[in-house]
Amino acid sequence: MAIVSIRKLSKSYWRDSLEIPVLRDISFEIAEGDFLGLMGPSGSGKTTLLNLIAGIDKPTAGTIDVAGTEITTMGESPLAAWRARHIGFVFQFYNLLPVLTARENVELPLLLSKLPKKERKEHVEFALKVVGLADRMHHYPKQLSGGQEQRVAIARAIVTDPTLLVADEPTGDLDKSSAEEILKLLERLNSEFKKTIVMVTHDPRAAERAHSVRHLDKGELS
Amino acid sequence: MYILKLILRNAFRHKLRTLLTILGIAIAVLAFGIMRTVVTSWYSGVESSQANRMITVHRVSFIFELPLAYRDRITKIPGVKKVSFANWFQGIYIDKNQFFARLAVDPETIWDVSPEFVVTDSVKEALKKQRNACVIGAKLVRDYNLHVGDLMSIEGDIYPGKWQMQIVGVYQGKDQTVDETQMLFNWHYLDEELKQNEPGRDGHVGWYVLQIDNPNDRARVSAAVDDLFANSSAETKTQTEKEFQQSFVSMSGAILTAINAVAFVIIGIILLVLSNTMAMTARERIGEYAVMRTLGFSAKNISQLVAGESLLISLVGGLIGLGVTYPLCAAIQKIVPTGWFPVFNVETVTVVLAFGSAIAAGVVAAAFPISRAVRTKIVDGLRHIA
Ligand SMILES: Nc1ncnc2c1ncn2[C@@H]1O[C@H](COP(=O)(O)OP(=O)(O)O)[C@@H](O)[C@H]1O
Ligand SMILES: [Mg+2]
Repeated sequence: MAIVSIRKLSKSYWRDSLEIPVLRDISFEIAEGDFLGLMGPSGSGKTTLLNLIAGIDKPTAGTIDVAGTEITTMGESPLAAWRARHIGFVFQFYNLLPVLTARENVELPLLLSKLPKKERKEHVEFALKVVGLADRMHHYPKQLSGGQEQRVAIARAIVTDPTLLVADEPTGDLDKSSAEEILKLLERLNSEFKKTIVMVTHDPRAAERAHSVRHLDKGELS
Repeated sequence: MYILKLILRNAFRHKLRTLLTILGIAIAVLAFGIMRTVVTSWYSGVESSQANRMITVHRVSFIFELPLAYRDRITKIPGVKKVSFANWFQGIYIDKNQFFARLAVDPETIWDVSPEFVVTDSVKEALKKQRNACVIGAKLVRDYNLHVGDLMSIEGDIYPGKWQMQIVGVYQGKDQTVDETQMLFNWHYLDEELKQNEPGRDGHVGWYVLQIDNPNDRARVSAAVDDLFANSSAETKTQTEKEFQQSFVSMSGAILTAINAVAFVIIGIILLVLSNTMAMTARERIGEYAVMRTLGFSAKNISQLVAGESLLISLVGGLIGLGVTYPLCAAIQKIVPTGWFPVFNVETVTVVLAFGSAIAAGVVAAAFPISRAVRTKIVDGLRHIA
């Protein structure tokens, strides 16, 4: 069963009156429980496609259905609420808030839920345990290594138990062994916790870990 | 709670910058508070003047005196309830830098026309009975360490000679706006000394104080008094106490207007200082706010975060500024000679204006960063980080 259905998706940017097409008429589906690798050279539109699926950008044409919801026509604030509920986002540069501890960073998305404090705490501690950083929860991001920061970011992405986990070059800024740990963690989230994952990467080694791989080149999918 | 914690930590992310901003706001609020207090204190005589009190002075200038004989004729005018009189005595007490008012007053009527001075009946009696008696304001007691029974030696200037008054009592102001720095002594002492030493100068008063039945009657009473003495050798000018006070204050009006204007320029400075800090913050946090919005935080949530930070800084700055304003105003009153500012209180209006301005600056300074954080597209904000 497809959890994401993309139909005739196009995206262009405009520089002055010049149209720069980035994605051209893309249609594909992502099966529930899949671990999809999105590959392609730099500038091919991987991030753009991922952002559209995650509902933080709007296409020029086409539709995106995620778990039965057509997200391209949603207004800004319902879309924000939808993201909080359904999307876990992992960035290349971790993007933790520097003023918050690991624990507080992971708790951040839960503030948008109506969970009482005690349950929030349980969820946060569970997520940190999953990524193996329960002992670092009072550390600030700058007291953590890159790999640890990214694991905290993954804990933040999964703490709300989202429908879809999207990751944009999650190992792009890491050394080989840290990258390996992150990829193992994502695999585990997919196999053990049945998370559907879309991972953008241009690293073939990372793509190997995915169950299916799609290639993006000059705005077209193959 | 969590959001407050985030606001607090965001605000103090750049400690030095935030502390300097807070300091800037605090100094501006303080300067505003003191300048406004100087202005309001200057006008306090006007503000505390009584609506049912009128002053009759010589038409040419209040430095010329009027015959005492006018008293009974003024008293007969319908609508006039009580007539009192006084002379500006001045003189030098200790040295030329002691400025408080020294007045010869009519012991029979002074307390009737000045209900804002609170004294006991025995003090009123003492002033009437003892020829060289004087009553002083409570602030003089504090500033000069004077006591009932003490003698005050004054070197006369307008009324030459060596004068000695004995303190028979102390008056308190009915409230904070009342001048407690006056020295009031028995007019008859002055008059009798003049009769002996400078015959011809006796039997004169500096001004009359009229208490009228109905403040709305003031125009009629004024005309009636002044008509009575028209074409005499000492024509009169009768005004409400407020008009009389204003005629003094207006001499320094231009300076006060300038001080007032500067006080309001300071509010603009508060705004600039805070706006600058918040604009820097907005630029630095574009990426972070985009991340938060990716996580599902709404534009409204982000606005609250930014506004909260701006308000926190302005609030702390404002509170520190006000916290210092009170003791500093008290210190100023101690330092400047008694009588310069008979009343030097930080008015509630000043506090409200100073604090209100700081808070308003907090709101306004947040407007630009909020619009920037909210209008930036999430994807553009995220690209800002990479
Ligand atoms: N906000 C934007 N404005 C203009 N051009 C953009 C914007 N975002 C991306 N692009 C352009 O779209 C193309 C694809 O970008 P992106 O999706 O980031 O590629 P990838 O992630 O595959 O490296 C690039 O040529 C990039 O310059
Ligand atoms: Mg990219």
